[in-house]
Amino acid sequence: MSAAHDHHHGPAKGLSRWLYTTNHKDIGSLYLWFSFAMFLLGGTFALVIRAELFQPGLQFVEPNFFNQMTTMHGLVMVFGAVMPAFVGLANWMIPLMIGAPDMALPRMNNWSFWILPFAFALMVSTMFMEGGGPNFGWTFYAPLSTTYAPPSTTFFIFAVHIMGASSIMGSINVIATILNMRAPGMTLMKMPLFVWTWLITAYLLIAVMPVLAGVVTMMLFDIHFGTSFFNAAGGGDPVLFQHLFWFFGHPEVYIMILPAFGVVSAIIPTFARKRLFGYDSMVYATASIAFLSFIVWAHHMFTVGMPLAGQLFFMYATMLIAVPTGVKVFNWVATMFRGAMTFETPMLFAIAFVVLFTMGGFTGVMLAITPVDFQYHDTYFVVAHFHYVLVPGAVFSIMAATYYWLPKWTGYMYDETLGKLHFWLSFIGVNLLFFPQHFLGLAGMPRRIPDYALQFANFNWISSVGGFLFGFSQLILLFVVIKCVKGGKKATDQVWEGAQGLEWTVPSPAPYHTFETPPDPKLIHAQ
Amino acid sequence: MLSKAKLWLSLALSTLLFWSAGLHAAWDLNMPRGVTQMSRDTYDLHMTIFWWCVAIGVVVFGAMLWSIINHRKSKGVKPATFHESTKVEIVWTLIPFLILIAMAIPATRVLTAAYDASESELDVQIIGYQWRWEYRYMRENMDEEEVSFFSVLATSREEINNGVEKGENYLLEVDRPLVIPTNTKVRFLMTSADVLHAWWVPDFAIKKDTIPGFINETWVIVEEPGIYRGQCAELCGMEHGFMPIEVHALEPADFQAWYEEQQAGVRQIRELAAAEMTMADAMAQGEQIYNRNCVACHQAGGVGMPPVFPALAGSAKATGDAAVTMDTLVNGVPGTAMAAYGRQLNPIELAAIITYVRNGFGNSAGDVIQPADVNAYIQEGQ
Ligand code: HEC
Ligand SMILES: [Cu+2]
Repeated sequence: MSAAHDHHHGPAKGLSRWLYTTNHKDIGSLYLWFSFAMFLLGGTFALVIRAELFQPGLQFVEPNFFNQMTTMHGLVMVFGAVMPAFVGLANWMIPLMIGAPDMALPRMNNWSFWILPFAFALMVSTMFMEGGGPNFGWTFYAPLSTTYAPPSTTFFIFAVHIMGASSIMGSINVIATILNMRAPGMTLMKMPLFVWTWLITAYLLIAVMPVLAGVVTMMLFDIHFGTSFFNAAGGGDPVLFQHLFWFFGHPEVYIMILPAFGVVSAIIPTFARKRLFGYDSMVYATASIAFLSFIVWAHHMFTVGMPLAGQLFFMYATMLIAVPTGVKVFNWVATMFRGAMTFETPMLFAIAFVVLFTMGGFTGVMLAITPVDFQYHDTYFVVAHFHYVLVPGAVFSIMAATYYWLPKWTGYMYDETLGKLHFWLSFIGVNLLFFPQHFLGLAGMPRRIPDYALQFANFNWISSVGGFLFGFSQLILLFVVIKCVKGGKKATDQVWEGAQGLEWTVPSPAPYHTFETPPDPKLIHAQ
Repeated sequence: MLSKAKLWLSLALSTLLFWSAGLHAAWDLNMPRGVTQMSRDTYDLHMTIFWWCVAIGVVVFGAMLWSIINHRKSKGVKPATFHESTKVEIVWTLIPFLILIAMAIPATRVLTAAYDASESELDVQIIGYQWRWEYRYMRENMDEEEVSFFSVLATSREEINNGVEKGENYLLEVDRPLVIPTNTKVRFLMTSADVLHAWWVPDFAIKKDTIPGFINETWVIVEEPGIYRGQCAELCGMEHGFMPIEVHALEPADFQAWYEEQQAGVRQIRELAAAEMTMADAMAQGEQIYNRNCVACHQAGGVGMPPVFPALAGSAKATGDAAVTMDTLVNGVPGTAMAAYGRQLNPIELAAIITYVRNGFGNSAGDVIQPADVNAYIQEGQ
């Protein structure tokens, strides 16, 4: 830990520290706090949905408001909670993991964070505009989102543009940092998997965010400038919207899961006290998943009436994704096999990730089978599927990462008892919440409905109970983090007995500036 | 007459059957097997892939659980040092690949069969609207009366708003169900008049989007007479949750009788439309139509939900020139959620709802619009 703690200048004081900061650790923290705030907001929207669905009949909200809730819940969670959380982790950890002093483009880094709060303020403000906010689902299919949309849609489009700009800047920064700022000796194939997965994710983002920007711009033109991209009456094509949207949207779901793979690949070896099994194959599997993610988009559109050849192509391509994903799961299990495991909170979340993400993967393969997808499509079965990969998948990995690196960030150990309590309540809550939704979907309940037929009552009731349990359990996380920031048992530099990697060679808490001179290449142990 | 009695009997029987099945439906865990070859094939595929997943899950989670139990530090184990094996990687790449091929073959077979809509014996057009379905039976002979009608949620607003107890088919019942013959290849040609919808009946394993500007096709051969229910599956706006599908499958002879009865009905309406309507009649009928077709947007009492859905009470378009009201109803307002009702309602209904809008909610245009006026207006437009 040579020149790691060279405090020639510390952070500025007060609000200006956060407004003007170009420090990757500060910006990482900003992203993480912002993400948590959005997680609570999006979670509140979800609880409105679950409250309404607790019983058949309309109880609390009007159908139009319900649709705003499903839409905003999806948008806020995807663009406000999950993506910024991973960018936050990238900011904090990538420089520490590759032995770089900071991100490559620190001012752009500041900018890419600070436009986000404006984007979300704009988006959430639409709910208070005349006619209400976006009510057409987070997938905003045209023409419901154009000809038939509320007037506030223009603001929604602008907000999406800002988020897209933020993501693109963030990814350029990640790529520039990883490609240019690795410490001597840190070859590509020695990089921790979290860095690898983020490098690939950043390329995905740069590839698809412009498509999203394009599609919302076409909407803008349809709404205000008399074009008919998606308006059949004017010679346009509503299905084109879906092709464009999912060309963005499918890679987007991998954008939300690849960094999660990286996090879990860091945590499991630490607590199994054994090197990650099959590092090379993990890298190749990640790259294959990223490649395949570009050629499967129309599996979201099996019911739009594509020609048979198209259906078959997208079915086969989608099934193929199971192969590299399977390789990852097998490698994690092989890492645990014959290790010497302990089960601190990060490990609990990581194990739950592997199991529950895999369940989401199973339903994913089922959904790939086109003729059966006709039955699953747009039902609660799909809702269960993608919530399994996103909540106990992506979100659990973010929580695992938080517990794992929190001592490095704050210098103190978090409260392990509360951490475990948080884990178990979340684990029980999330399964109560989403497992019954498989049954609902199979029994025939469509998604995005504010009211349902009586035979769906029982499982909806259970799901809602799970939802409230899961939701309120997250306040424990908030409490644990605040408590840990304030103090606790001093953390050692290595923090975890089995932890390997450059980030554990700097002091805890990590000083404001790290690796101003590159680390000793001997520290960069083989992955 | 005999066939009519049989029709009612079969309806009653199938309702009873459905009802008794419904009693156990509340804890349903799985997809219905359905009543067509396609739905059974789909179900079998679903179960095969499900059991494959279970088998893989048992192996993977089993290995994991075993490690968690045995390879924990508290048991004093020393971690092994192995960390790669190309052989193993190849094995666990190949095995899933082979399983997937085993799945892809039957899936391809079922999908190819589903795409063969040729040689249908009856064609029905399905058109999605916000928030109802229209069914049009394709005629073989253009001189015949065309049978076409709208199918709207029959569950009352009081049930939805928890004012009264919910009926057994809550949200899954319509005023006029689609009627098709059993053991007949029925082809559906699907499109939409406004936004996307999706027509879905789980027992047939059919779900297809209805898309403005496109015609999608799918088909069904229902083997059992009965009542089959489904819902719109694609988010289509505010009342998306309230546009169910109800299909009655009848024996071919019963279907024929029903069909002829519908054609007779069309002739009858044509005759009635020549008759004069009184204000009281028009207002009574208009109120019913309003509550069925308009209340979702324009709200009870015609107060609307501005700015998107205008109030009808006091509206200039409702109370001013009758031709304007007529135009709004018959042609809709293109580019907005206000649909063209010229086809959705018959001339008698149109006359009634126009009169109602002009004289209800405290409006007082004072005129009674006649079916003949509406007919003349429509003719003029063509
Ligand atoms: C899907 C929602 C919807 C339904 C259902 C609907 N309308 Fe409308 N209606 C609208 C909208 C939106 C407008 C405003 C169109 C515009 O921007 O000019 C409108 C406008 C009108 C107007 C003109 C009012 C004015 O002041 O501009 C009348 C009259 C009217 N509707 C009557 C009806 C009647 C009668 C029915 C039932 C048969 C009906 N509407 C069903 C959405 C709906
Ligand atoms: Cu619909």
